[in-house]
Amino acid sequence: MAVRIIAEKCKGCQKCLKNCPFDAITMQGKIADIGPACTNCGNCIENCPFDAIEKIDDGNKGVDITLYHDVWVFAEQRDNKLMGVAIELLGEGRRLADEIGCRLCAVLCGDKVDELVAELYEYGADVVYYASAPELKTYNTDAYTKVIYEAIVKYKPEIVLLGATHIGRDLGPCLAVHCGTGLTADCTKLEIDPEDKKLMQTRPAFGGNLMATILCPRHRPQMSTVRPGVMTKPERVSGRRGELVNLDVKFADGDIRMQVLEVVKGLTEQVSLTDAKIIVSGGNGLGKPEGFELIKKLADKLGGVVGASRAAVDNGWIDHSHQVGQTGTTVKPELYIACGISGAIQHLAGMQTSKTIVAINKDENAPIFEVADYGIVGDLYKVIPTLLEVLGE
Amino acid sequence: MILSEKHELIRKLCRDFAEKELTKEILDEVEESGVFPQEILDKMAKAGFYGIKIPKEYGGSGCDTLSYVIMVEEFARVSPVASLYVNSPNSLGGGPLVMSATPEQVEKYLKPSITGEKVLCFGLTEPGAGSDAGGTTTTAVEDGDYYIINGRKTFITLAPLSDYAVIYAKTDKNAKGSRGISAFLVDMHAPGVSCGKPENKMGLIGCATSDIVLEDVRVHKSDMLGEKDRGFINAMKTLDGGRLGVSAQSIGVAQACLEESIKYAKERKQFGKPIAKFQGISFMIADMAAKLAAARELAYNAAVLKDKGDKDASMYCSMAKYFASEVCNEIAGKAVQIHGGYGYIKDYKVERMYRDCRVFTIFEGTSQVQQMVISGNLLK
Amino acid sequence: MRIIVCAKQVPDTNEVKIDPVKGTLIRDGVPSILNPDDANALEAALQVKDKNPDTVVSVISMGPPQACYMLRECLAMGADDAYLLSSRAFGGADTCATSTTIAAGIRKMGDYDVIFAGRQAIDGDTAQVGPQTARRLGLPVVTYVQKIRELKEGSIVVERQLEDGYEVIECKTPCVLTAVKELNEPRYMTIGGIVEAYEKEITIWNENDVNLDPNDCGLKASPTQVFKSFTPPPKGKGEMLTGTVSEMVNSLVTKLTEKHIL
Repeated sequence: MAVRIIAEKCKGCQKCLKNCPFDAITMQGKIADIGPACTNCGNCIENCPFDAIEKIDDGNKGVDITLYHDVWVFAEQRDNKLMGVAIELLGEGRRLADEIGCRLCAVLCGDKVDELVAELYEYGADVVYYASAPELKTYNTDAYTKVIYEAIVKYKPEIVLLGATHIGRDLGPCLAVHCGTGLTADCTKLEIDPEDKKLMQTRPAFGGNLMATILCPRHRPQMSTVRPGVMTKPERVSGRRGELVNLDVKFADGDIRMQVLEVVKGLTEQVSLTDAKIIVSGGNGLGKPEGFELIKKLADKLGGVVGASRAAVDNGWIDHSHQVGQTGTTVKPELYIACGISGAIQHLAGMQTSKTIVAINKDENAPIFEVADYGIVGDLYKVIPTLLEVLGE
Repeated sequence: MILSEKHELIRKLCRDFAEKELTKEILDEVEESGVFPQEILDKMAKAGFYGIKIPKEYGGSGCDTLSYVIMVEEFARVSPVASLYVNSPNSLGGGPLVMSATPEQVEKYLKPSITGEKVLCFGLTEPGAGSDAGGTTTTAVEDGDYYIINGRKTFITLAPLSDYAVIYAKTDKNAKGSRGISAFLVDMHAPGVSCGKPENKMGLIGCATSDIVLEDVRVHKSDMLGEKDRGFINAMKTLDGGRLGVSAQSIGVAQACLEESIKYAKERKQFGKPIAKFQGISFMIADMAAKLAAARELAYNAAVLKDKGDKDASMYCSMAKYFASEVCNEIAGKAVQIHGGYGYIKDYKVERMYRDCRVFTIFEGTSQVQQMVISGNLLK
Repeated sequence: MRIIVCAKQVPDTNEVKIDPVKGTLIRDGVPSILNPDDANALEAALQVKDKNPDTVVSVISMGPPQACYMLRECLAMGADDAYLLSSRAFGGADTCATSTTIAAGIRKMGDYDVIFAGRQAIDGDTAQVGPQTARRLGLPVVTYVQKIRELKEGSIVVERQLEDGYEVIECKTPCVLTAVKELNEPRYMTIGGIVEAYEKEITIWNENDVNLDPNDCGLKASPTQVFKSFTPPPKGKGEMLTGTVSEMVNSLVTKLTEKHIL
């Protein structure tokens, strides 16, 4: 589908120019013109006050989609253990397969990881396509691409889902190119169109400022990588069984052009405030320097780092390097928990663009509550220990 | 003025560099210690800032004056004191040499100042002779192949950090006024040269300013810069360029003050709404923006006229310096006002900007001297 | 040695804001920039050139003519030459079609030893064009490169970033490597570099120049289509939790878990 300006209806208001996230629209004389930067996102169509923009068919050819069946999930394993996202995908894949009315299959590559086959059945796979070879022990772009591509050609799945891990996002693009199909990266939502059973893939784009729903109408398989942690893991049904299909694994000279020499694990570095996903901050309301021990406990529990308001720093309770705000560090974490911070303007300036803000404060009129998504009015020395208790479960 | 893509790219480089290198932490440290980090100076040299306006054959990049103005503006927007460092080799430091240096002097003095290996300063002002350069009392007396220089220069930016100074001295005692002055390249480590105590300044902290004391300093004739007794013309032409540098600093600081004020006025709430919603504040911001825009056009225009060799270019440089520096002080004052109590506190950027820009109406010719130049041109 | 760097001009999505009332994107005054990961890719190539000065670093991009500005920036950082694939026929390309076009451009550019690309562009965040271009050129690819250990005759040893560590990979050259920001610190342009960048010509090619059938590029060759796009629902006014301390905390944990924050 292409986006087109209907010349007779365009009034030259230039609204679409401003709305286009990709700067693809320019004025040609008095009417708008869609340039090559257009990604067909359709933002302009919705915002055109004169209905002067439409989507048109572009004559894009495709394949015979009726030949393709089943939902496949790439069962990513590392060190002979299934990745969490692979299990999440089995949960999501089950739902999709049921809506379409087809089978849920897992594709497993490794070196003698037979015990994972049973695990995949128990998480809902009806079929497991299994490739076992020494070359597949750890992920290798060339080896995995070859094996899975050949399986796709042979068994023709209609949907292939991969976790959007560093491995899934390496493998996915390679497979898609060989299959001549599309791939939607880092999806956060998958739905089946109830009418034509097509996969509707929704993903954030444009730095998370825009959500886009993507279709792959005429090519198969429909492929997505899915962000880890978004889909829900299914119940494990012990003893559940399925069908095993062993895949041929043959490598010729030159098939594999890269080699993993070494895998180095677990280097957790000290996270800085700027990069932190979760920040727990304390302020004047702590009342004493020891309050930061409690803050630290909560931060550790959540895997976050400790922040502070200027007042707390000025009191000498904590080092300036923890200070969030105008005169400290500006932060934008996924979760910001402000404890005993009233919310002076100079503090708000440094944290109000955080994704989710939780405020805990005694004073219900504290300005911090104006920017908070969730507010708790109460004594932080009661609230935080309770929170630690609940999280501890 | 609609800028070319090339000028925009120069602006981008300068802005990226300034914003990334001159962080709040580093600038606070500079303010505290009075010392500007050598590491950043080295990076400035590497990126080619020191030679932006110096012709290619002298080791610079040969950009036009407008590029230079944009560079100084962008540095001043983040740190006025940093702008002194990128400005100097292109202006008061390198300027006299570009005009008059022999090929040997270019190799020995100018090129190393562009690569950052050596630092040059400009020694014209004396305790009794500021803009009135004709009142120069420093003397240079011929002695065989040498000149013996005696005298005292004052308020010399960068003096304690310099390797060489361009020193203006009387070579013809009998000549009246500005005549009979010659320029010399003086090694700051030569016997008889010393610096006074660095001045304890109101602003622009991190770039030392002091006196240079010259006592029987022997300078070889090969280190005379330009023609004998004609040094004053060289000094005046250098100052034309210097004035543009100050106007660039002024619009940079004014831009920063405007940006800070807009940001603050939107954030700060009083009586239940952002103070930007009060006309008293919003009109101040409109006023600041309009005056800044006018100053910027004047400075850019003067830069273009200068490169064209326009006969009025010198007057326009004075007009730009006069207007931009005055307006900058006004804008900085309003920025502090908009910030209220916070503007009076060192944690906020406008406080330092306000102090730093105070000297803009003073150094390289006070506003009143600029008015003299302008009116002198118009009434001649 | 010749190194090709793939670069993209992108809107600085960090500067984009959402109109809180209308829910539309505000992109007024949002600058177009060299995609950050691509700057790391270019820096990696330039570091090779620093060590071996006879290395030629060529940059290729696909985009509208305005992308020349970004290519000048690459030249001002130290690249030797730049190529832009620009045509109406390329419009509307998804990653699949984009990689076809870039691969065609690279074939036309001639011999090379290594191709560097950024891991992903900040406007699309797909991380697909790099590996897909490699596959179309029949080259091996290593994505998420965080360190280059050794460039040897016929192969290269790199570190590939994983979520929980990294792998050391030896890959045959020529190959494609995609760079993450940890790989290096991109250098500044230089003033002299900017002057030279404007003395150079940027080669601009359309589909005919790179021997592509118009049916094989742009929208017509894109399997995926945007069905609709929308701005995420605006942040509503915050919620004050009520009840006893224990009730409030439990309700908070439930809400944060639902939003996948915990």
